[in-house]
Amino acid sequence: MRTLLRLVSGDRPGHPVASLLLLALLIALAFAPFLFPGTRSMAAAGRICIFIVLAASYDILLGYTGIVSFAHTMFFAIGAYAVAVPLAKGWGGWDAIALGTLGGAAIAASLAALIALLSLRVRKIFFSMITLAVASLAQILATQWRDVTGGEDGLTFALPRALGPAFRLLDEPFLGVRFDGRLITYYLIFTVCLVLFWLMLRIVNSPFGRVLLAIRENEFRAEALGYRTVVYRTIASAQAAAIAAVAGALMAILLRYNGPQSTLSFEIMVDILLMVVIGGMGTLYGPALGATVIVLAQYYLQPALQAVSDATASLPLLPALFHPDRWLLWLGLLFILIVYFLPAGIVGTLRKRRA
Amino acid sequence: MSETTPRPPRDWAPWLVLPAVLLVTLPLMSFSTWITLTVAGAAMGMMLFLMASGLTLVFGLMDVLNFAHGAFVTVGAYIAVSVLGRLTGWAGSDSVLLNLAALGIAVLSGAIATGGVGWFVERTIIRRVYGSHLQQILITMGGLIVTAQIVIALWGAQPLLVPKPAMLRGSLLLGASAIESYRLVAVALGLLLYAAVHTVLNRTRIGLLVRAGVENREMVEAMGFRIHRLFIGVFVAGAALAGIGGVMWGVYQEIVTATIGDEMTVLIFIVVIIGGLGSITGCFQAAILVGLTANYVGYLTPKLALGSNIALMVIILLWRPRGLFPVAKQ
Repeated sequence: MRTLLRLVSGDRPGHPVASLLLLALLIALAFAPFLFPGTRSMAAAGRICIFIVLAASYDILLGYTGIVSFAHTMFFAIGAYAVAVPLAKGWGGWDAIALGTLGGAAIAASLAALIALLSLRVRKIFFSMITLAVASLAQILATQWRDVTGGEDGLTFALPRALGPAFRLLDEPFLGVRFDGRLITYYLIFTVCLVLFWLMLRIVNSPFGRVLLAIRENEFRAEALGYRTVVYRTIASAQAAAIAAVAGALMAILLRYNGPQSTLSFEIMVDILLMVVIGGMGTLYGPALGATVIVLAQYYLQPALQAVSDATASLPLLPALFHPDRWLLWLGLLFILIVYFLPAGIVGTLRKRRA
Repeated sequence: MSETTPRPPRDWAPWLVLPAVLLVTLPLMSFSTWITLTVAGAAMGMMLFLMASGLTLVFGLMDVLNFAHGAFVTVGAYIAVSVLGRLTGWAGSDSVLLNLAALGIAVLSGAIATGGVGWFVERTIIRRVYGSHLQQILITMGGLIVTAQIVIALWGAQPLLVPKPAMLRGSLLLGASAIESYRLVAVALGLLLYAAVHTVLNRTRIGLLVRAGVENREMVEAMGFRIHRLFIGVFVAGAALAGIGGVMWGVYQEIVTATIGDEMTVLIFIVVIIGGLGSITGCFQAAILVGLTANYVGYLTPKLALGSNIALMVIILLWRPRGLFPVAKQ
């Protein structure tokens, strides 16, 4: 127990319920292929892993540093394209994946640093507006620059043989599960995500992370104590962008495809915001829970809406409001209600109750 | 002899930006093209000004950043679809007067509808999150999503055609340059409303209070004025102006989708940042500047048109980190 605590830098979830939930989540994800066999559920598990990392990296910005960026999906997409483009051009292989991931992370970090230096120097609120503008530019670029990004259709590509479904690690199934390329892909994603999440725990609990918290709480005081707040914010922004880019690379590997809809769309940005706010800003564990809730909700919310829509078919307007395509409406309402009534999120509220 | 406090030297440089852009681009193209593009840019700028003015005032007065401002544009555009769709008789007739009347009714209904939505949004969403930028951004982002979805639920997800009044479709020939007549209407309406906003702000008592509130809110409150009531008024008026901008923009585009407001949000933000948050003069000049740049660059190097507005913002921010016309803030 003590080694586990030291491993997470002494950062406790803060409430027995939160600890239990997180432990259950960790076990469920670690043994997902055995606990929930099937392609669909394994894809969902991979998605949860990736979004945990993506939401947690966003939390470094939103929860720990107190700045709102709308360009986080752009960095996610940069990582995804950095892997997808070389693979789709036929340069298939592990070197393409590794170089693409690292290169994507480097590009994302430098771009984030550039945006941050330009806007955070001025005013914190400019940062939100400018990231929104840059993100929309990226979206246009990704759909227009067809030769490289494949436009709206995106890029489909083949992965190295060891990650393909035809590959067999063991000839016989073990515990009823085939040890094929999909399983290897899942555990590759799971391992990288676990390492990244651990890395982020180390970051936010380091002296550097404390300075970020100080900036969030009182910028003037942090500056007066001698910390160059702009530099700290810029570094935090670059770190979050690099981690998001790696998550994007994993997303491309999971889907064997990348396009604007899968990594760059505004809906994903909204999802990330929801995950962080529902789970609890500034806790890192919260976004992990939030990501799980939202990904699962996406898998089950639309069928539920369809049922309500059918049930109210004879009434005016209601079927239109409960149409399965209107799920964003309900997520938006949920989001507003949570910002009002549960601003600390799940983990934050639990922590407060304990204290 | 009473000593007067020294006035800060007047800052003239920002006023020169717009004339400079006009002059620099003139030798790059033929005069008639330049006239056409300038009118097009001015028309786009006027509509942008309508959409952005409310946002900048609300921010200046109450320090509230409303990310859902684009939703008012969307609602305005859809009102234009509904109203002009019902007035096809007037909009399709050969009489310019009837055409303008149809457009006028669309503009008025757009203003009233979005003003109402603005009032509702202020009461239910905004007023609970004063003082916290983080919560404002999050909450208004949620509001933006919900409004867009409600618009889709009411009007459907497919793009809708806006019947542009018949006589406003063609172009006028001025010398060798062709000028779309609708753009002239947009410029005229924009100038009229800018004059109105300017007069209200500079010549009336309410305007005086609004300007005082932008400069120093606490002081106005300490003098016994209820700044919050004033704020609701400004918020509703800003929403109505954005709605008018949405009506004009929707008719101009002749096609309306639920994302029309989101697309404009980015341009609106650029305008507000360039102009200096809280400044109505800055907002006006920045809107024209953005409109002109978009048109000139679109003509000269179409490939760069995408990033031209962002490049413009970056240049201005590097030169003037607080925008062209920063408002004195405590």
